[in-house]
Amino acid sequence: MSDARQDVRKTYKLLINGAFPRSESGRSYEVLSSKGEFLANVAQGSRKDLRDAVTAARAAQPKWWGATAYNRGQVIYRLAEMAESRRAELAEHVGLAEGLKDAAAKSCVSRSIDRIVWYAGWADKITQVLGGANPVAGPFFNFSLPTPSGVVAVVAPQESSLEGFVDTVLAPIVVGNTVLAIPSEIRPTPAVLLGEMSATSDFPAGLLNIITGYTGELTPTLATHEDIDGIDLEGVSNDEAIELSALAAGSIKRVLRPDEHRGDAASLRRLRAFVETSTVWHTVGQ
Amino acid sequence: MSTAPLRLVTPEDRGVIISDSNQLARIESEAQLSAILIALSGVDAVGAEARVAKLATRSIKKSTKSAALNLAISMVDLTTLEGADTFGRVTSLCTKAMRPDANDDSVPPVAAVCVYPDLVGHARSVLGDSPVKVAAVATAFPSGRASMRVKLLDVADAVDAGADEIDMVIDRGAFLSGRLGQVFDEIVAVKEACGSAHLKVILETGELVTYDNVRRASWLAMLGGADFIKTSTGKLPVAATTPVALVMLEAVRDFAESSGRLVGVKVAGGIRTAKDAIRYLVIVNETAGSTWLTPDLFRFGASSLLNDLLRQRLKQQRGAYVRSDEFSGD
Repeated sequence: MSDARQDVRKTYKLLINGAFPRSESGRSYEVLSSKGEFLANVAQGSRKDLRDAVTAARAAQPKWWGATAYNRGQVIYRLAEMAESRRAELAEHVGLAEGLKDAAAKSCVSRSIDRIVWYAGWADKITQVLGGANPVAGPFFNFSLPTPSGVVAVVAPQESSLEGFVDTVLAPIVVGNTVLAIPSEIRPTPAVLLGEMSATSDFPAGLLNIITGYTGELTPTLATHEDIDGIDLEGVSNDEAIELSALAAGSIKRVLRPDEHRGDAASLRRLRAFVETSTVWHTVGQ
Repeated sequence: MSTAPLRLVTPEDRGVIISDSNQLARIESEAQLSAILIALSGVDAVGAEARVAKLATRSIKKSTKSAALNLAISMVDLTTLEGADTFGRVTSLCTKAMRPDANDDSVPPVAAVCVYPDLVGHARSVLGDSPVKVAAVATAFPSGRASMRVKLLDVADAVDAGADEIDMVIDRGAFLSGRLGQVFDEIVAVKEACGSAHLKVILETGELVTYDNVRRASWLAMLGGADFIKTSTGKLPVAATTPVALVMLEAVRDFAESSGRLVGVKVAGGIRTAKDAIRYLVIVNETAGSTWLTPDLFRFGASSLLNDLLRQRLKQQRGAYVRSDEFSGD
């Protein structure tokens, strides 16, 4: 008898409200590695899964924004801690998905984790950067404060399976939004893995919801869903983005169109993308 | 022991039955009442749960769904039963009851508003001559722990203030300890005090423990003269469930068959989504029959359900999911 044992294959499921359901539709699809070999069966989310994710995100949003900025930073930092201890696993998946050599995959994971830490740091600084005290002609203080848009849908980049996912998803989260994200259609496993890590970190249920599936099938529902306040279209083509923006206009969403310039400056652009400005007057008192 | 259906003579002759031998008899003793209720066949719990689970998979789409949503809206008893209720809150509730969607007058009004007795007068004055009824919870709601004298005064008070419907609670303690006659007498007395007002008898099924008890309590209430039997107060963690609704609907169906009198069913507590509501409608249709698909014979006791029904209605029209805050909160 040989020592060969049967592989225990993993099912990649959705993340909705802190739980890992299969798709409501019962569908799944095959994900291939960069070399075209079978990698995994991944849940193929439906519009009803999106609906459930929106409900979860909406319910979680007031509490997430109600937490102190310092606490939000800690929660996001905790995700970096989780990811750090599972670097090897992430690197393996990024390598298979993106066709990177071992060293390149590892450095991609390192950059992604550093990016999480970078975002964690923004939680208690964004108010100072985007807000301010306004000069007014009267005995009043007048403050402009950035407040979250609410529920944000993110179509993560198709090529960059982990780094791009981290970048697009954490930006709206750190400023107080809750998110439902559609990871790369062809390379979803690193994002699903990160989702699993988020569920064992301090992320409250509903803060980050991940729906894997066919991007083209899911995005129109996202764009028209009236209970979504903003949509990041990073992962779709320019032509699709134009159509989706028109659909999103029906419910007056904030739309972030795909952009070729990524990096830190672009990330600040992302931080700015899904905030509203609320202005507060207060008398100058004793 | 026989399980043949009992035969009630006429709707008016409450408490009068014809036994299996087709002999006219008036319920005169507790022993007789117990014998009738014990003779009811037991509920197949596994079967009932499997049946509702199966019915829950029924797919209701498109125009059928639109019709179901409108029907469900017209069946809602819009409810506020909080210690913190104010006149203002009742005013806005009544306004919403008359015209659930401020932007769309094709939405039917709800069946009734349900309030505590001291707010009945105010609700009545806001509703004016609209078709929306005023329902009041009486008889020391929700526990039912008060003397008979107090309970009857509570009912009379609400009826005097203009309540069209009275939701009474049964004494679960008496029922569970086998004092069936006492529960029966209470229902008869409250029905008397209601005058022309409709009587809904709340069984509080969450406290009745078994489906057999639910079936017996349903028959007890109907024999006592209930116009409606209602699942719950909504004040317990276990409120309306679909198997309980199934058992109660079977009871009203069987009762109608034996007596010719149609008794309504009201499910209350924990029904928050349009999907839940439609599942109940399917169970009604498949158990009691389409005769019961009217606000006169089936009601939802709820508050947040109405908003979800309106949202789903709008979703049907717009083809897109609707904001969670599209409609005013209660």
